[in-house]
Amino acid sequence: MASTYTPIATTTLGSAAASYTFSSISSIYTDLVLVANGYITTSAQGIRIQFNGDTGTNYSNTTLSGTGSVAESARDTSGTNARLTYDASWSTTTSDYAQINVSIMNYANTTTYKTFISRANRATSGVDALVGLWRSTSAITSITVFPAANNFVAGTTFSLYGIKAA
Amino acid sequence: MIGNTIAAMLGVTPAVTNSYESISTTTLGSSASSVVFSSIPGTYTHLQVRLSTTASAAANYYCQVNGDTGTNYSWHELYGDGASAASGAAATQAQGYFIYCPSTNPTVAIMDFLDYANTNKYKTIRTLAGQDNNGSGRVELTSIGWRNTNAITSITIYPSTGTFSTNGIFALYGIKG
Repeated sequence: MASTYTPIATTTLGSAAASYTFSSISSIYTDLVLVANGYITTSAQGIRIQFNGDTGTNYSNTTLSGTGSVAESARDTSGTNARLTYDASWSTTTSDYAQINVSIMNYANTTTYKTFISRANRATSGVDALVGLWRSTSAITSITVFPAANNFVAGTTFSLYGIKAA
Repeated sequence: MIGNTIAAMLGVTPAVTNSYESISTTTLGSSASSVVFSSIPGTYTHLQVRLSTTASAAANYYCQVNGDTGTNYSWHELYGDGASAASGAAATQAQGYFIYCPSTNPTVAIMDFLDYANTNKYKTIRTLAGQDNNGSGRVELTSIGWRNTNAITSITIYPSTGTFSTNGIFALYGIKG
């Protein structure tokens, strides 16, 4: 059997940044997995995602979240980006790193819209499961993640993996 | 490193590297009422199914293992439908439920069959699945129990009604311990 789950790119931010983009993504894999770990400047913010630089109103998502006292679900439609977090928004505290693990399934197909599914957590704020839709049949060749406001801090990490089905 | 990553995702202690292997993939050339992975070797510690598919109708998605159609399955679910979070459960079922898909946009699921080859205990399958339709949809976590100590050698995935559509991808991976 062929081993898969291949690292494509990994970055540790050397300075604060408003966003991070994986570009020129090869189409040779079946699924992509993006793992992010970090925190942000100034005030807690949700983390968002866009594909192929598309800033049109082509994104939507459905969320399931828990805060420790409330379980809730929400939806965004026809947005210019999609959420990767809801209650697990990223913190400004150095000891409070948050994580995101998002699978972007069948990302290179040119027949269907793209669906991605995510888990996110921050121990002091909440835990999320999210599903999102990008209404485009284009193959995904770039992924941009960014906080809704402010910047990622230095030391925040982003890793992209490719999973190739036999 | 990759083995460690997968192991961390599964919440288990990493043992070896390069331990995530593609076993079998079905890409539908035409619509199908089910997808079956058969003759699964017992050489891995865990299995993972990753699927992305559209379907002909709104449906529940189910799985069965080893062709068992007896009432040996149970499940718990936690889901969000965009309006509220809810939980449910069912016991003594003939299949394991893992997602309700209200529309025909792609549904995705990641299904982990943990310690699937162990012959000393019942099996637990955990799933993360969802579908979003820009105004409807659902994201769901489920735990499925199969009350059988046999090693899992086949997995069947099917919708409650209708068919999976052409170009749906169903991929089976093995994770070594």
